[in-house]
Amino acid sequence: MLIDHPLLGPRDAREFVILGDASLIDRPRPDDFATRDDAIEHFHDWLHLRVNPAGAHEELWYHEQGDRSWLVVTRDTTTHAVLAVQLARDVALERGRGR
Amino acid sequence: MRYSGFRVLKEGLFGNRGWQPTWRDATPATEYDVIIIGAGGHGLATAHYLAREHGITRVAVLEKGWLGSGNIGRNTTIIRSNYLQAGNQPFYELSMKLWEGLEQDVGYNAMVSQRGILNLCHSDAQRDAYARRGNAMRLAGADAVLLDRAGVRRLCPFLNFDDARFPIVGGLHQPRAGTARHDAVAWGYAHAADSRGVDIVQNCEVTGFQIADGRCTGVETTRGRINAPKIAVCVAGSSSRVMALAGMRLPIESHVLQAFVSEGLKPIIPGVVTFGAGHFYISQSDKGGLVFGGDIDGYNSYAQRGNLPVVEDVCEGGMAVMPMIGRARLLRMWGGVMDMSMDGSPYIDKTSVDGLFFNGGWCYGGFKATPASGWCTAHLIATGEPHPVAAGYRLDRFRHGAMIDERGAGAQPNLH
Repeated sequence: MLIDHPLLGPRDAREFVILGDASLIDRPRPDDFATRDDAIEHFHDWLHLRVNPAGAHEELWYHEQGDRSWLVVTRDTTTHAVLAVQLARDVALERGRGR
Repeated sequence: MRYSGFRVLKEGLFGNRGWQPTWRDATPATEYDVIIIGAGGHGLATAHYLAREHGITRVAVLEKGWLGSGNIGRNTTIIRSNYLQAGNQPFYELSMKLWEGLEQDVGYNAMVSQRGILNLCHSDAQRDAYARRGNAMRLAGADAVLLDRAGVRRLCPFLNFDDARFPIVGGLHQPRAGTARHDAVAWGYAHAADSRGVDIVQNCEVTGFQIADGRCTGVETTRGRINAPKIAVCVAGSSSRVMALAGMRLPIESHVLQAFVSEGLKPIIPGVVTFGAGHFYISQSDKGGLVFGGDIDGYNSYAQRGNLPVVEDVCEGGMAVMPMIGRARLLRMWGGVMDMSMDGSPYIDKTSVDGLFFNGGWCYGGFKATPASGWCTAHLIATGEPHPVAAGYRLDRFRHGAMIDERGAGAQPNLH
């Protein structure tokens, strides 16, 4: 697989390690829940449950053997075709995760 | 139909014209007591034990493709019960005991061969860990022998004993482990279940569940609606896709695991051997091919094929521990889709919908579990209570911190 790095161009996928579903960016925040049980529920779902689609899947890849950036790679899980690549930082900022 | 050595001789004399199909290719009725989705090893084993142990024979096994077209036909055929965790070992030992009587039970030759598994260790720390594992296995009634270097050399003189980087210091041997003919396991269970009246329906894809007031009463299929008060999903590899039809998200990711087989060679490898410093396992089929594999590729996949970096990694592991395999030519390689769970252990459980049961999350250890998985799923369906040896395999175990994590890798499916 080739991953078209937004800054570095196409790179061999073996320079990267994959963490998993990009929904891991959406870590629950304290104002998401009111009670302790609510918090457990939110964190459980965030950490353990996956949509796991057959088709386009947004996932987090880390360029360990390169510039050490985190990427959000959209990849088709039925063909392994890479459909889109973004810097994870940009995605997180878009979702209002910036500090 | 009954199979025997005498029958083989007789049919051989008369041109093999007397053989009948091993199971009926059934047309689905509209109503059953139990519907099982997925005619793979686990689904068919569940149907067999439902019929034999619990007397429930109005059962349909629905299969999207053809019988045994999933991972039961794509694995590396290893059976073993060498687990450490209390939530796992009794379950896999039950499976091992069922393997030992499987062929007599289903009346079909599954070529179960208890040729042993040898897990090599390469450091003192790893030997200590294997000693502990061996003790846990023996406490659960399994067999385990801790071998020193000389003991390993007696068993497998061809291993690389001169490797300074990964010295072989010993191994954990389970003599009762071994291999079984994977397809024949599916065929045997199908044969036995069918002979008790179970309908095995192929080319019948489930397209939806009938759920009202929190209860599942039937399924929509490409061959019409079928009703049953109890429905079990046994579709490991595709679990997330099927359970999404019932509106559920699972603690599962699908990953691809590759396997390899060499050209046929004369007998050289006495059992199953695993490399302890990398991820590599190998056995030799009765036909002579070296059957081996290693890690999953690591990214989510439903593609049933992997990529070359993992091929290289597996072959490097093989060359490190068994340099002679560099002379063998690779005949075939393929991939299977694994339900990788959040702690590396499976699920056999009820769901939040009444009447809907789930069996999956087998990671890449589902084949050896086939008999016990069917046994325990049948028990759960028939009695409504989890079988004692599978009581830890709950879908909600992460909520309570009751994960069964053999590897200690945490909620990271591609590391299990």
